[in-house]
Amino acid sequence: MISVRGLSKTFGSTVAVNNISFDVNNGEVLGFLGPNGAGKTTTMRILTCYLSPDNGTATVAGFDVFENSLEVRKRVGYLPESAPLYLDMDVVSYLRFVADIRGIPRNLTGERIRRMVDTCGLSSVVGRNIGELSKGYKQRVGLAQTLIHDPEILILDEPTTGLDPSQIIEIRELIKEIGRERTVILSTHILPEVEATCSRVLIINEGVIVASGTPEELHAAVGGEDLIHVSIKTGGGPAEGGGAQGGGAEGGGAQGGGAEGGGAEGGGAEGGGAQGSGVEDALSSLAGVTSVERKAEASGGYSKYIVKASNGADLAEAMFRVAVDRGWTLNELKRETLSLEDIFLKLTTREA
Amino acid sequence: MRNTVPTMKREFSSYFNAPIAFVYLTVFLGLSSWLYLKGFFLVNEASMRSFFNLIPWIFLFFVPAITMRLWAEEKKVGTMELLMTLPVTDTEAVLGKFLASFVFLVVSLALTFLLPLMVSILGDPDPGQIVGGYLGCVLIGAAYLSIGLFISSLTENQIVAFIVSVVAIFMLYILGADFVLFGIPDWLVPVFSFAGLGGHFDSISRGVIDSRDLIYYFSVIGLFLYLNVKAIEARR
Repeated sequence: MISVRGLSKTFGSTVAVNNISFDVNNGEVLGFLGPNGAGKTTTMRILTCYLSPDNGTATVAGFDVFENSLEVRKRVGYLPESAPLYLDMDVVSYLRFVADIRGIPRNLTGERIRRMVDTCGLSSVVGRNIGELSKGYKQRVGLAQTLIHDPEILILDEPTTGLDPSQIIEIRELIKEIGRERTVILSTHILPEVEATCSRVLIINEGVIVASGTPEELHAAVGGEDLIHVSIKTGGGPAEGGGAQGGGAEGGGAQGGGAEGGGAEGGGAEGGGAQGSGVEDALSSLAGVTSVERKAEASGGYSKYIVKASNGADLAEAMFRVAVDRGWTLNELKRETLSLEDIFLKLTTREA
Repeated sequence: MRNTVPTMKREFSSYFNAPIAFVYLTVFLGLSSWLYLKGFFLVNEASMRSFFNLIPWIFLFFVPAITMRLWAEEKKVGTMELLMTLPVTDTEAVLGKFLASFVFLVVSLALTFLLPLMVSILGDPDPGQIVGGYLGCVLIGAAYLSIGLFISSLTENQIVAFIVSVVAIFMLYILGADFVLFGIPDWLVPVFSFAGLGGHFDSISRGVIDSRDLIYYFSVIGLFLYLNVKAIEARR
């Protein structure tokens, strides 16, 4: 549907987009991700024929954006960043204007507008001037404008900025639904949005594509570490002194368990020393653990630890056993895989 | 050219969406009638000559006020991006805006109809001169509009667009004036006197409709509309 080859665009001395190439297939929702000034908007502006590229080509629905700009524009619905609108018009006459320009036959215009008002939840503001509307409603009017001619391709530049949480969910649902049969490109710097709506992600930084793939592929490509949050209280009893002794006794039990030889050594050290370092030692000696960090002392005598482990190692069971063997109380055991956010930061800061 | 009409309709109705249009019309009608009638009874002549002589000077401020926002506002608000990514060619957009402001100008001139009516009741004016005078006003107004519209496309600040337009139109207007012609080399005189906006207006408003004057105005309008299209294209 969309094919971009070697696209570059320079403004003065700044290179906004530097030789990027990608394809978008029919029925795909592609997310553009990148920090501010990465070149997302410039790329979208080229695809919608607002700017022309310095180098490279872009074809949309089989038409070149430069040679056949009108054909491209007919097939694309575009929501520019911050949804600019003619503020002096009312909602319906604005939509009618767009429908006119889009060449929608007169007898269908009314029905189309009604459908857009329904889809985008505009029924309470139809008669109002656009200038009087809140940011969220303006965004919806902008969205209605992009959808009114049933476009094959939808290009949305930060479609959910300025919306409240429930509106964001609605708009995301809408985009997902549209994306089932159409091609959508959307840009955002809100990472959960990409995870919620996109089937494929393109991370752009400083005009260059630094990664592309499904969110899962990106996880795999970056590899990295899993984080495990544990919160442990050594010693079962309420009295701290007695608990510590008990902890020592349990250390022997762990040796008997035999499953974690290394853990038993840690247990010995713990028996004589401070509670925190004992747990740290015990945890860090588990296979696959790369580091253990003690976070804050949580309430009720629990201490929180963040355990980093090499990707894929399943440590939950081993940790549970260490705790049980020594009579520690386990309050929390949560595994966190590297989020898109971390991948994003990793990729974009590595470049910088 | 199909999309010239929706663009024009939108642009024209936006004059009336805000009360600006009514303010403009009131000021224009009030000022032109007052300045004309002030001298009318003193001269004691049933002629609209002095009215038509006023119009280029009133238009000098009235027309830039009409055109200043046409592109500058689109650029400022960001709707430029919207308009230029809709299936509208640059030419259609320029023409749509020009025609909208042109219709507004014609409406404002048409609203002065009471003056010729009054003059013909009071006396026996030369109808040819009145027709010629109105034609001259429409032509010079359209030329001003094309200049103002072009200048509006160069900035996103309406005030700048207004001031630069007034200055540019004024310069072009006095290009053929006598005191300018005295100060330049002889061989430049015919060029300057032909290029000036004013001279052509004088002959048309006297009721002499010469094809050279018409061609002159159409060329000025065409030139500035063409430059306007180029200025819009340069954005890409």
